[in-house]
Amino acid sequence: MADEDVTVLIATDADIVVARGEGRALAGRLGFSRTDATLIATAISEIGRNILVHAGAGEVRVGRAGDDHRVAIVVVARDEGPGIHDVKRALEEGYATGGGLGLGLPGSRRLMDEFDIETKLGHGTTVTMSKWRERDRHAVVRDAPDRDG
Amino acid sequence: MNDHEEDAMSGEDGSVGPALHAPEIDAALLAELVAYLREHRPELREAWVERITEAQLLRVMSSEEVFSEMTAVYDNYVDALETGSVETLRAYARSLSERIIHRGVETHEVLGIVLLLRDVLARALFIHHQGDPELLNRVLDAYEPAANRIAVTVGVSFVDERERVIRDQQAAIRELSTPVLQVRGRLLILPIIGVLDSQRARQLTEQLLSAIQANRAKVVVIDITGVASIDVTVANHLVQTVEASRLMGASAILTGLSSGIAQTLVDLGVDLGSMRTVGDLQGGLEEAERLLGYRVIQEGDPVLAPQT
Amino acid sequence: MPVPILKQGDYLIASIQSALIDSEVLELRDDLADRIGRYRSQGIIIDVAALDVIDSFVARSLRNIARTARLRGAVTIIVGIQPDVAVAMVQFRLNLEWLQTALDLEEALAMLDRHTRERDRDGG
Repeated sequence: MADEDVTVLIATDADIVVARGEGRALAGRLGFSRTDATLIATAISEIGRNILVHAGAGEVRVGRAGDDHRVAIVVVARDEGPGIHDVKRALEEGYATGGGLGLGLPGSRRLMDEFDIETKLGHGTTVTMSKWRERDRHAVVRDAPDRDG
Repeated sequence: MNDHEEDAMSGEDGSVGPALHAPEIDAALLAELVAYLREHRPELREAWVERITEAQLLRVMSSEEVFSEMTAVYDNYVDALETGSVETLRAYARSLSERIIHRGVETHEVLGIVLLLRDVLARALFIHHQGDPELLNRVLDAYEPAANRIAVTVGVSFVDERERVIRDQQAAIRELSTPVLQVRGRLLILPIIGVLDSQRARQLTEQLLSAIQANRAKVVVIDITGVASIDVTVANHLVQTVEASRLMGASAILTGLSSGIAQTLVDLGVDLGSMRTVGDLQGGLEEAERLLGYRVIQEGDPVLAPQT
Repeated sequence: MPVPILKQGDYLIASIQSALIDSEVLELRDDLADRIGRYRSQGIIIDVAALDVIDSFVARSLRNIARTARLRGAVTIIVGIQPDVAVAMVQFRLNLEWLQTALDLEEALAMLDRHTRERDRDGG
């Protein structure tokens, strides 16, 4: 990640809209398709809302990764909330907390290519997710054969 | 980023096996070997080009082109032997591949010429050292692994480049292919022919959904009669396409599902439950007509039923 | 800014102009509930063409509105879901079985008319 990264502080639901707007804008600049840009924006929206609902505040940073031939967008969503007690369950379908459908994490993971959670009870949670451009996906899969397709 | 990405990006892509030079290689021996090959470049190159012609390789190229390109290959080959590094060689092989692929040069020709060069040089070293079997052995010990590594590098570079060209061509074909046909105003037919992979499936979905919007379609018939086989990923794409169509207010009918594909899908556990499927296109069109005339909010609709 | 709600005969049409924040969603739900009661509307149409993202929050909100409408005897139809948004919703695997959709306003009104006729005919 570099200085072209954009960080949006999340404290109200209006901030979620800003964060996903930045995500969509960067996706456009990097040459992602319109559909992919919407997937990315939706994932950001979901994760941003998670921050609000569970931690009250946090930040979402979007940036690029890869090189000239393989471009990815990377989203890092960080909060200093209570942390996730059972990550495995939280990533399963239908896990519900906070009185909602609770689909935030597994759903976002389905929209992106890579998805990582770091969490510590009482300290906070960092979700890192990235998506490769469609045209680069072949090269990425070929060079890392043990990756899920 | 996770570890996989860092490895993939920092490592040598296409690197195969150990470095060119095993530690025991005699540096002086290698230098002498390289000097010999350079000194005798004219006759060795000529011998090589003769072998290439005999084997009827590179016929699409004129003799001037062959001479010029083979000189460069020879020099890069010997440089690679000397430095132990395949970087420059790989870069050269890629640019060479870029030039000759479009001329119609095939993989077996590229491998062929590199192996012929290996043989010509090996034979020359053999003849040069034949009076001293022990020295010959050491020379060949130095030469053989390096030469094989070079052959692999050039071959892999060529194949990589070829694959890249093919992918670009496929992308172009996808762009041009499969028009979404409009039939009678509110009915669309999407005939899919040939190989269906993930990327193409995504593209077709985008095309279809745009067409639904542009034509205000109420029913779409997706015909896969022309598709030989699909895997679970693509099947799921189809299911998602049908669901996305529904979100846009259009009903979708899948036709042309061969019993083979149907069985595959059942075996793979793909849930086609909510999708309307009809054996052939004609039947599908008839079903579509029925749907066109009759789209109402169904009784027992979840919205009307008691909410859980 | 509240979502504009139009009355068209027996139906209400709400056009969402931009991403809604929580309070606006609640406001919309209450506005619709109020008007359905006042006008005895048979159906509501919610136009989401201006939404570039429909995430689980929006989906939940629409479902709540549909529930509320149903409790007052009205059917809800969502129109205007954009192609890329539809793809995202499906890939995300939102629970959408409850969702009744139509391509656009014209379609939705035709559907509602047919539904109303059938209901009346069946002795509603």
